[in-house]
Amino acid sequence: MKSRTSAERRNLTQQIGFLFLRVVAIIAVLPIIAILIYIVYKGAPAISWEFISGFPSDGMRSGGIWPAIVGTFFLTMGCALIVTPIGIGAAIYLAEYAPDNRWTQSIRIAIINLAGIPSVVYGLFGLGLFVIFLNLGISIIAGAFTLAIMTLPVIITTTEEALRAVPQSFRVVSISLGATQWQTVRRIVLPQALPGTITGVILGLERAAGETAPILFTAAVFFLPGLPSSALDPTMALPYHLYVISTQVPGMSSEIQYGTALVLLIFVLGMNLLATVIRSRARARRQW
Amino acid sequence: MTTKNKIITEHLVLQYSDGTESLKDISLDIPINAISVIFGPAGGGKSTYLRVFNRLNDLAKVTKISGKVHLYSDSGGYLDILDPKIDVTALRRRVGMVFARPVVLPMSVRQNLTYGLEIAGERKKSHLNQAVERSLKQAALWEEVKDRLEDPAADLSGGQQQRLCIARSLALEPEVILLDEPTSGLDPISTGKVEASLQELKKSYTIVLVPHSVQQAARTSDYAAFFLQGELIEYAPGKNIFTNPVDQRTADYIEGRFG
Repeated sequence: MKSRTSAERRNLTQQIGFLFLRVVAIIAVLPIIAILIYIVYKGAPAISWEFISGFPSDGMRSGGIWPAIVGTFFLTMGCALIVTPIGIGAAIYLAEYAPDNRWTQSIRIAIINLAGIPSVVYGLFGLGLFVIFLNLGISIIAGAFTLAIMTLPVIITTTEEALRAVPQSFRVVSISLGATQWQTVRRIVLPQALPGTITGVILGLERAAGETAPILFTAAVFFLPGLPSSALDPTMALPYHLYVISTQVPGMSSEIQYGTALVLLIFVLGMNLLATVIRSRARARRQW
Repeated sequence: MTTKNKIITEHLVLQYSDGTESLKDISLDIPINAISVIFGPAGGGKSTYLRVFNRLNDLAKVTKISGKVHLYSDSGGYLDILDPKIDVTALRRRVGMVFARPVVLPMSVRQNLTYGLEIAGERKKSHLNQAVERSLKQAALWEEVKDRLEDPAADLSGGQQQRLCIARSLALEPEVILLDEPTSGLDPISTGKVEASLQELKKSYTIVLVPHSVQQAARTSDYAAFFLQGELIEYAPGKNIFTNPVDQRTADYIEGRFG
């Protein structure tokens, strides 16, 4: 019997290995494609100008989702206003100034743990702190603060990575030209890290826009006859609205449910697309 | 030596926390308006010594530093470089530095040159423009880039980038220029241009150079110091040390018996 040479055997093993990896990669892509196709197929017929710009009517069973869209927009923007300065400031401290000691390590551990807390726990915490203790009531501002705490670790981590990616030699050169450390950060490091930072902020906000649990007890309500008039008003929001019409309203048409899901998906994927565009444009323009 | 000294070093001792590249009792005077070359095998403390002069070692973990390093001004007064209380940003404007690899900042050619002046508070357009032209001419780069001032500095060739780095430190009108193997990444033609501009520059500046080869040390030096494992072995005018070294170790290194 003629046996295969070891080279042939190695080659065959490699072929099988590549095939396996290719199949696994395809499996990883399938869910997102399946979700997209399913939601678009089921939800697209509901999309109309009235659906986007109208108020719900007939106990949510018909009409539009405009107040939920507006509410999610306000919550996301409020969250951005709160979390961006805090997140970027903390990242600058950690990447540029923090000495390598126990204190810094405990800050890092705290941030990692913050990222691991379940979102419903954030919701409960927001209820306790912002709604009740700080007496903000069920309001956009209470929801925005709760979402801000939840997105903080994502933004700190991505911003810190963007700052660390800026070559150390730029810092040394800037210092050697008589710059202070802060001048170096402000004039060299931050501008170079800006695209990565913006990407991180958008990805954090994308998560905030789609979450239900943190706003469940802090900002969102079942139905409002008008749009919120101040940050202290409660609001409707897309993820919560979807939850309500999927579980709490008997005799609900699935078309409106999937239409709402589709709008939320477009909102979130649109932000993701924006982040990708900013990142790839910056990469093309980058000089290092 | 009868020449006027720009920097004097007495009994300088320096140690890093990890024990590398320390300096052992260095005493050495850097004469004004000349090229002083610090040469020797890798790991001998040449870069460390250079970085003492503009306190760039502040960025590293230095566990011990002692001795005397004084920077003299034309009036005869001096600045105690090792004094922790001095304004290091002002010192770094007086003592410029050029690194081994050309590091252009991610901005235009012009912005690279005006960066140091702008952070020092210079706002006048006319002053900044003058500094750009003067420094580029001094670094023998003006003719090549005068029409490309607004282009990204990264678009220049390697040799042009390194001369831009030299021009960038000249824009601040320093008194001393430190160059740490400035031609190690350059082709022979670019190296020749840099060496030629150094010969021009020494008329108005004091230059301390860590060369990338013994040949470059011999070509460029007015004075040369041989560093070996953190010690100063020999210091003499260049024409003496490379033809007639006193110490056997200097002779062995120059003749290539060890590297």
